[in-house]
Amino acid sequence: MMSAPTVPLDTPRPTGDGRLPSPPRLFTPRLGRVCIWVAAALIAFVWLLPMLWALATSVKPEAETTAYPPEWTASRFTGEAYRQVLSQGDLVVWFLNSTIVAVAVTVITVITSAWAAYAFARLPFRGRNALYALTIAGIIVPANVLVVPLFQQMRIMGMVDTYWGIILPQVVAPAMVFILKKFFEAVPRELEDAAQMDGAGRGRIFWMIVMPLCRPILAAVSIFVFIGAWNNFFWPFIVTSDPDLMTLPVGLANVQNAFGVRYAQLMAAAVLAALPLVLIFLFFQRQIVRGVATAGLGGN
Amino acid sequence: MSTPAVHTPAQGTGATSGPRASRRPSPRLSLHSPPALRRIPPGVWFVAPFIVLYLVFLLTPIALGLVTSFFNTSLAGGTGDFVGLGNYRELLADDAVASSAANTLRFTLYSTPLLIVVALVMALLTHRNMPARWLFRLAYFMPFLVPVTVVTMIWTWLLGTDFGLINGMLDGIGLGPVNWLGEPAAAMTSVVMVTVWWTVGFNYLLYLAALQGIPEELYEASSIDGANAWQQLFRITLPLLRRTTGLILVLQLIASLKVFDQIYLLTSGGPNFSTRPILEYIYDVGFTGLRIGYSSAISYAFFLVILVIALIQLRLFSRKEGSA
Repeated sequence: MMSAPTVPLDTPRPTGDGRLPSPPRLFTPRLGRVCIWVAAALIAFVWLLPMLWALATSVKPEAETTAYPPEWTASRFTGEAYRQVLSQGDLVVWFLNSTIVAVAVTVITVITSAWAAYAFARLPFRGRNALYALTIAGIIVPANVLVVPLFQQMRIMGMVDTYWGIILPQVVAPAMVFILKKFFEAVPRELEDAAQMDGAGRGRIFWMIVMPLCRPILAAVSIFVFIGAWNNFFWPFIVTSDPDLMTLPVGLANVQNAFGVRYAQLMAAAVLAALPLVLIFLFFQRQIVRGVATAGLGGN
Repeated sequence: MSTPAVHTPAQGTGATSGPRASRRPSPRLSLHSPPALRRIPPGVWFVAPFIVLYLVFLLTPIALGLVTSFFNTSLAGGTGDFVGLGNYRELLADDAVASSAANTLRFTLYSTPLLIVVALVMALLTHRNMPARWLFRLAYFMPFLVPVTVVTMIWTWLLGTDFGLINGMLDGIGLGPVNWLGEPAAAMTSVVMVTVWWTVGFNYLLYLAALQGIPEELYEASSIDGANAWQQLFRITLPLLRRTTGLILVLQLIASLKVFDQIYLLTSGGPNFSTRPILEYIYDVGFTGLRIGYSSAISYAFFLVILVIALIQLRLFSRKEGSA
């Protein structure tokens, strides 16, 4: 790599093709750019392949799914598998359960964490530092590992096979308190002081000033928590055995065998279950990207 | 940022003088609350819900797990008898603990480097503007959004021995069918492959965010000095990504050590327990074998191992505070 510095003749100048509004970061001649694009496209193709195959299988007539060698298209397209899967009804119930659980987890997590973070940032009281230290220590606790004692505790509390039993163990997020505290501290104190002089109470200041100012980060963490709760498998799997209370990932795991060799139906169910979050991603791409960047700092 | 609308009823002019905070009753209390409650500082009320949840759902299981690990408690009922360190002595001699811990370790060792290198390559390839970049980003990240059960359903179908797409493609280039999920070495390979496909998108986004934080000027200046693309990559980009890589490494280690979902769903730990991770053994002992006491002891030993790694994470994490 110690070649003499080459004086680039076609230096990276913003060319007129409009595709590079900012000056290119790396000096790469045209050929290099093409290679990079081809490599990126190849990886993208490989990454999309499993989903495309699931999609292709799901619209085949059941009898043709096991053609060998595999064919991408069958003799005809059919929505039969989707109709079958949806008419069985369970999928809809699990979908609703997942929604209830994910929404509840998100709302409770974000609000309780935000309240705590606000107190740690702005509202001094005796013992606050000790509580904050306790919170920080909670960040490193690998909660999933203690699933056996947690289940035992849920039995004692009578929460096995209940919504609350699924939801409440998922809402303690010390890392989120830590992250939100940083953002609340950055809110200009003058705004809060002014509101307080005008007679606003602490609750009002929190809801009317602090929360709106931190909307971007709150949106990011909310969506991130929602995704985590929607996709969580391990805890709901442990704590539910009643099919009417199962979330989508748990319910699907239980019927995976029931579908047997009906691959079109199996893949139709997979496609339907994957769809909600993919749509959410398309709508909230920016918030999700920000959420990952933030969550990376706090662990997940 | 725009100033938020603050609806402030113009009331008592005297409100602007004197100590501000002490006069206002806490917002969460009505005027009817007893005076003792009203004297509790508002901060306590704000913290209380979180702390209660924390104590009940995080701290209690930790304490309960420790206590239970000294008893031979059964899930079938009763606390059982105190056995002291008996459970811990047993786990040290338990071959299944050793082999499942080894499986977890093997999984971690194989998957972690891939999850870092592939994410880095993806990020380096796509952080500059290019045609269809949005599609590439979507393709890399989307699997992370898919529930684990869907992931394993799709891959079980892809990896099928008889009609699977992958064996079909291998057949096409003259390679024999592989029993992907039914043969020990292939099963571990499959599990790692599926994990990389599923979760690499998270690390990819972390790298992408880090790349966007590298100042443009560094590249411009080095271009003027005649550095070529490779030199810029190895002298500027990679060194500046070192901290992100450290962070991803630790996050990944912890996540990989806790692996359960995809292995349980793909192979159920088989064939012949060759892919069973430690967390699945804990699950088997506790929920299938009903031995909650022994299961808690294994959990606790494992808990302490992860705690040590997490402490390293906390150090990285606190050093990174400023850039949040």
